[in-house]
Amino acid sequence: MPDQLLFAIEVTLNGLMAGVLYALVALGFVLIYKASGIFNYAQGVMALFAALTLVGIMEGQVPFSHLINAIFGTEIHHFGWHVPALAAIILTIAVMVVFAWLVQVLIFRHLVNQEPILLFMATIGLAYFLEGFGDLMWGSDIKKLDVGLPQGINGWIDQTTFDAFGYGFFIDNLDISATIVAIILVAGLIIFSQYTKQGRALRAVADDHQAALSVGISLNFIWVLVWSVAGFVALVAGIMWGAKSGVQFSLSLIALKALPVLMLGGFTSIPGAIVGGLIIGVGEKLFEFLIGPMVGGATENWFAYVLALLFLVFRPQGLFGEKIIERV
Amino acid sequence: MFYREAGDFSTTYAEDSQTFPIKFDRYRYYLVLVVAFGIIPFLINDYWANAVFVPFLIYAIAAIGLNILTGYCGQVSLGTGAFMAVGAYACYKLMTGFPDIPIAIHILISGGITAAVVTLFGLPSLRIKGFYLAVATLAAQFFLVWLFNKVPWFYNYSASGQISAPERSMFGIIFTGPNTEAWAKYLICLVFVTFAAIVARNLTRGSVGRSWMAIRDMDIAAEIIGVNPLKAKLTAFAVSGFFVGIAGALFFSVYLGAAEVGESFGIDKSFLVLFMIIIGGLGSIFGSFAGAAFMVLLPVFLKNVFVGWLGWPTDLAAHLQFIVSGGLIVVFLIMEPHGLAQLWRLAKEKLRIWPFPH
Repeated sequence: MPDQLLFAIEVTLNGLMAGVLYALVALGFVLIYKASGIFNYAQGVMALFAALTLVGIMEGQVPFSHLINAIFGTEIHHFGWHVPALAAIILTIAVMVVFAWLVQVLIFRHLVNQEPILLFMATIGLAYFLEGFGDLMWGSDIKKLDVGLPQGINGWIDQTTFDAFGYGFFIDNLDISATIVAIILVAGLIIFSQYTKQGRALRAVADDHQAALSVGISLNFIWVLVWSVAGFVALVAGIMWGAKSGVQFSLSLIALKALPVLMLGGFTSIPGAIVGGLIIGVGEKLFEFLIGPMVGGATENWFAYVLALLFLVFRPQGLFGEKIIERV
Repeated sequence: MFYREAGDFSTTYAEDSQTFPIKFDRYRYYLVLVVAFGIIPFLINDYWANAVFVPFLIYAIAAIGLNILTGYCGQVSLGTGAFMAVGAYACYKLMTGFPDIPIAIHILISGGITAAVVTLFGLPSLRIKGFYLAVATLAAQFFLVWLFNKVPWFYNYSASGQISAPERSMFGIIFTGPNTEAWAKYLICLVFVTFAAIVARNLTRGSVGRSWMAIRDMDIAAEIIGVNPLKAKLTAFAVSGFFVGIAGALFFSVYLGAAEVGESFGIDKSFLVLFMIIIGGLGSIFGSFAGAAFMVLLPVFLKNVFVGWLGWPTDLAAHLQFIVSGGLIVVFLIMEPHGLAQLWRLAKEKLRIWPFPH
């Protein structure tokens, strides 16, 4: 096979892997949007916050140590213990559940029945708050996150493809594990929403709030539940991105990347989020590979948005979204 | 008691339909103008100009621009930062290309160019709305920033990729460049703010503004009663772009002096201006000023309190600034979705009948 084609295949594969990570973030959006009609801009910051908390717990950092040191003139930074990854993940999930509850009680309970765009702006405010809060709590330096996932080039794929085509594909082990985790997560979510009582209640709420209320489903509980699940998805996304490029501020920007994914896939569809993620992932990598050198590179910054924009003009509800019907 | 319209009679239609029909309001407005034009320029120094007044005035123009689009016409835009960059780069190209033309004309033309670009990016608003549109404007944000970074023609092939404002003067007074006096910076911004506020106020009172508000309140109903959505939406984008472009041009040429697009006109700017109009009040010119003042003063205040007074490190103050501004957005949306402008209206209402409760 010609080299150019091989490169393109490699780029496509890497794009698929990147797309899985976009899809993970987009999933969190879809969950909250379906259940409460809130377009949660803070999803990316939630991923950042979850990853920061995970690292902080694992490393035994003292929360708010900067603030405490500044107020009392002390010099504390660490408790001096290390928590194993699994225990830290469970603790972080607990933190995210508390966060979900607080968000519900303090913010969105007061904004029920407001216009969607107002709720959207509220989540922008929440994102800013959480960003500052996470930095204040755990410090803003770049942190390394290592929960024991394999990293580096996958030797087997490299070797097999080298034998077959004379060119070894570079595929990161981390991306492979991210893909596996994402598949497990989606399968888990599907099982949860199809076969458990809470999951069914969640789908009922997503379908029709008032009908769900009238058969005795507690909206408050469902909203806390769905924010918790979104927090959990954010944690998974945070772990994957954090292991890939370190836990830092830029992590919250992946939320912005998830937006075009959603517009492509539709705001209300879980399969849409996944397919949209893959399309964006492959599309932007291939575009950068094929067209990028001609226009100076770094097209990844905007390609997804422009693609989504063009897409919106022709199919506003996305690939899998429900048709938008406006009633007067 | 303090604030009332009793005994204030209008005898002509012109008097009745003026911007401030109540005498007290009108005199307050004249007083503000006198202080702003006649007193502050003589007292201002570099610190006050650079830290407070100049950014406040420039952001007020940008906030008026975004308020026309979001507050009056209901089209949320997250691309304000990039649209300001369009104004800034247009101004830079004009300043370096035509050095003899006065800077004020450059700034106005930059506004016009930005209006054209923003209208182009406003075209999708005819098909999509709400946060779909918000995401579409994000496309503008990222694409334009990338464009200004990657095409060397925009920054005149300078090695650093930065644009820096050359020294330009008008009536013998230097307005841009490193040798500008504080009062000159302040005055040129003030003139443009006054111009923007008067134009915006009158546009929103007229038929164009009413068609914007009809679209905002319910676009389908507006279309049925005969408002042309194409015209209303695109004029809102154009007028908004004009003001945002002026703000961008001033921000670069007068305030910053030198700018790098990703840093000065990134997505943070878009959110900052959006926060200004949410806190200040959507659909209110006064709100744009109040919000701009609030968001400009907040970091200065926090920095003075935490760093200057309590002696905390600066990064801590920066984190707290995020927390406070994010928290305030949420609090305002819950407690007072119409922002500071609504608080001001309520205060006026109370003052009007004080000391009686009703």
